Amino acid sequence: MLTGYGKEYQVIVVGAGHAGCEAALAAARIGCSTLLLTMGLDVVAMMSCNPAIGGSAKGHLVHEIDALGGEMGLNIDATMIQFRRLNTRKGPAVRASRAQADRMAYSARMKRILEAESALDLKQGAVVSIDTDESGVRGVYTKEGLYFSAKNIVLTTGTFMRGLIHVGLNNYPGGRAGEPASEGLSDCLRDLGFKVGRLKTGTPARLSQRSIDFSRLQKQEGDSQIRGFSFLAQSLDLEQVPCFIANTNEKTHEIIRQNLHRSPLYAGVIEGVGPRYCPSIEDKVVRFPERTSHQTFLEPEGRESSEVYPSGMSTSLPPDVQLAFYRSMEGLEQVEIMRPGYAIEYDFVEPMQLKKSLETKAISGLYHAGQINGTSGYEEAAAQGLIAGINAARRSQEKPPLVLGRDQAYIGVMIDDLTTQTTREPYRMFTSRSEFRLLLREDNADQRLTPLGRSVGLVDDERWRRYTEKQKWFSDGVEALEGQRLSSKQKDILAGLGLKEMKQGASLRDILRRPEISIDQLVPHVDALTGADDEVLEQLEIAIKYEGYIRRQQQLVERMEGLEGQALPADINYPEISGLSQEVKERLAEVKPETLGQASRIQGVTPAAIAVLTVYLKRWKKQ
Amino acid sequence: MNSQDIIIAPATPPGEGGVAIIRLSGKGCLDLALDYFRASGSQTSPNSHVFYHGFIFDDSGSDVDEIMFVYMASPRSFTAEDVVEIHCHGGHQTVSKILQIFISAGARLAQPGEFSYRAFLNGRLDLSQAEAIADLIHARSDKARTLALSQLEGRLSQSLYKLKEQLKDILALIEAWLDFPEEELPQENIIQIRQQVESSIVQLQEMVSSYNTGRFYTEGVSLLILGKPNVGKSSLMNSLLGEERAIVTEIEGTTRDFLEEGLVINGLPVRLIDSAGVRDTLDPIEKEGVNRTLGKIKSSDLILLLFDGSQGFSSEDKAALDRCVHTNFLVLLTKADLPQRCILPDLPFEPLAISTKTGQGLDLLRKSIHGALIEADIQQEDSIFITNQRHQQAAISTTISLRRFLDALDQSFSLEFLAVDIREALNSLGQITGETTNDDILESIFSRFCIGK
Repeated sequence: MLTGYGKEYQVIVVGAGHAGCEAALAAARIGCSTLLLTMGLDVVAMMSCNPAIGGSAKGHLVHEIDALGGEMGLNIDATMIQFRRLNTRKGPAVRASRAQADRMAYSARMKRILEAESALDLKQGAVVSIDTDESGVRGVYTKEGLYFSAKNIVLTTGTFMRGLIHVGLNNYPGGRAGEPASEGLSDCLRDLGFKVGRLKTGTPARLSQRSIDFSRLQKQEGDSQIRGFSFLAQSLDLEQVPCFIANTNEKTHEIIRQNLHRSPLYAGVIEGVGPRYCPSIEDKVVRFPERTSHQTFLEPEGRESSEVYPSGMSTSLPPDVQLAFYRSMEGLEQVEIMRPGYAIEYDFVEPMQLKKSLETKAISGLYHAGQINGTSGYEEAAAQGLIAGINAARRSQEKPPLVLGRDQAYIGVMIDDLTTQTTREPYRMFTSRSEFRLLLREDNADQRLTPLGRSVGLVDDERWRRYTEKQKWFSDGVEALEGQRLSSKQKDILAGLGLKEMKQGASLRDILRRPEISIDQLVPHVDALTGADDEVLEQLEIAIKYEGYIRRQQQLVERMEGLEGQALPADINYPEISGLSQEVKERLAEVKPETLGQASRIQGVTPAAIAVLTVYLKRWKKQ
Repeated sequence: MNSQDIIIAPATPPGEGGVAIIRLSGKGCLDLALDYFRASGSQTSPNSHVFYHGFIFDDSGSDVDEIMFVYMASPRSFTAEDVVEIHCHGGHQTVSKILQIFISAGARLAQPGEFSYRAFLNGRLDLSQAEAIADLIHARSDKARTLALSQLEGRLSQSLYKLKEQLKDILALIEAWLDFPEEELPQENIIQIRQQVESSIVQLQEMVSSYNTGRFYTEGVSLLILGKPNVGKSSLMNSLLGEERAIVTEIEGTTRDFLEEGLVINGLPVRLIDSAGVRDTLDPIEKEGVNRTLGKIKSSDLILLLFDGSQGFSSEDKAALDRCVHTNFLVLLTKADLPQRCILPDLPFEPLAISTKTGQGLDLLRKSIHGALIEADIQQEDSIFITNQRHQQAAISTTISLRRFLDALDQSFSLEFLAVDIREALNSLGQITGETTNDDILESIFSRFCIGK
């Protein structure tokens, strides 16, 4: 038996999608000898579905990944072809960045970054099983007959484990259209005692650009100012590519309805559960019969590509039906399909079997990240990959894991949700999943996470220098706004601000808290703000204007910390606790929460049950 | 509260009723009880859930009371533990004697609510049921029992549930606008949301104001009898109680401390408080009594202000009337059987003439007391009261959050801040109705709007 070309690694990452790339880069950058194994070296960091990064909550995740020292923000900034900031009027915390990516450029750049990382080996190989002993993981076997050993392994299998592709009523094994499925690995995980489930997702057809009559469609341009995702991004200058909006109509819906029997979803062929937030077009037509039209954004796949992605049109109907319904739409009468849309079923491992570090509870040194944890989305995957990579490396270096709280990051919210709630559909991040939304903004991701990124060793000197510089601007700005007052005699300035009626003087901070005043109006009057970046000004404005709401959320955080600080021993025997209902006992025994706080978030666990648990915990500690 | 002990406590309120129930709960309570029970029949080991007639005797072997005895085996009892109930004669003496027997034999007097707590610990009750049961235990009249029961059956919950659904839908709409900016959603219609929130506030306020009434039935009301010395306070108290309890003399200022007595007036449990007078005095003891009376004026639910109908309206009467101006009070002219000389200043309501000698006006007084405490419109049997202070608090904080929402709207705060206020309101309401999870909100979004790009 070969053993990894004679090399022993500290960390092995299986899979080179968005999770795998972040995990491998993090582990290697922290200083661990790392191996990234992928089934196909030509398809690294592939966007299997829409050619876009970001959006509501997902843009937040990318900012957090970047603030911790991950790669995704830099990669999309380098390869985007259109940028928009969403929700600018709906509140500071829900403002979200979204970019159209050049799919091939995105993948190619990520591959170059991986290849350039000195502690990282990038190899092709399909992992079929994991080698374990009583101390945890030892290595992986590949289909090619190779064995690679490491004490820390991160699995990021995406949709590949026992992937089954459905195109109409035809189906065949595959991990993504045109690529083989991964066979054997999920059986191995099942044999190791993991609960493995099945999910479903789908993707629309890709259309040929030159067959679309764009003159009859509504154009959607990018923003004029491109901020980018990464903290390190200077304002970006690029020639943007527009999207176009097309609409379905009654005829489209009629075609879909008449062919429902040929959809594997409606014929009952698909057993996996699909996401509610990403229904197929046939689902939309069936569930919302009153709608006479559904919108689709036609997104370009890249500068060099002539493929077009029609968002919101995922389907598992047969290709002839797909062609017919597209051609019923205005502007698409002559459209050609380059790749048909399809649905895919795949195995995932119930993420309640994970600790918050993303290490499995059952097998030491085994980490799971991305779609294997029942999530959906590139950003969700990359965020987990980053955490799993960091923690695999830290375990190798015998350091405690990095665990982010719900009040620190959407990443913390996601991992807490995954490890606490039963997965019933692919998990996607929404801002509404966070109870501390006002604290978790794109603009303050650096404040929240860069010091942590620095402490784990992912934030280099240059980023750290620029971060501390920005913080200095920020704190100087706060001080200046608090210290500087406008008196009622400064009539010119007051008139300029539209505050003629002001009878008494006030600090600039109080003036900024008035709804009608923006920070830009105050900058000319504050020396400390002259020359400050837009990002600093935005952060200052938010911190001061919405102080009251932000403080309320911070109080919530403090209240939560009481329960969060009480660790629940892993060996509690829940069935023996009297005073808990049978349902609560079962839920607790299943989740095995790490803290009372986590226990309180398990569905069905009432405050009364927490009271009982508190009492029990007290007794348990005494014994 | 060690849950292994045998606990004991009267299950009926002290001081009223012909029969009192004493309850024991905990493993081994049957054996303990049988040590002091002699059945009149031949049965030696009682069956569960069957009444037995017999006697309780003390350590010396002499009978204390004739009783009915019932044993309820675990888990088919209130606490889900072994329970024994002793139905004895009402009255303080008997009850405390029986308690004493068992406490000396090893039982422990239960903490308030401990039976419920055990029921809760043993999985018989959830928290809100436990609370309603606690109210049930403390219920001191039939009306209170109905109230506590209707709460258990979820009538309060039902109307709160509707409110919760409404707030949930509002939040779902706001969250959909925030989280799905690129979807085709209904137009942002804040005016409609404002109207819904305003109507929710009105509903909540009705519930909040029902609390006092609800509380009156479960906790009882305090009724202070006030007036200058010798105006007839103690006589009135005795007339209402139907027996001579307070010391009645012709010497002014004899009633120096508060005498409290419980009675039920038209279904309402009342604590009747007889006060010292409120005249200026140099006697330090009486002065202290007067000061305490002034405190009671503020804390009582209703004041019966007595003026002597047979004498002129004095400056002392005027002072007492002034002190009552901002309280809930009724004016009584006493000694209606004597020639009337008292000329009252203008009052916003008619005074009531009573005579404790002839009984004149006493029935009307009872009705007036009831009417002054319970508003006419919420007297119907089917209206919903909040009877529990925690619920009252939750309804109030929900209202506060919703008012904040309206404020934020006026100051044109953006959607995400409005969402914070609605979410807080839902959390407060959730203390009664159960929480609204993030997934509930998402479910509402996905079922109402076609999301998916």
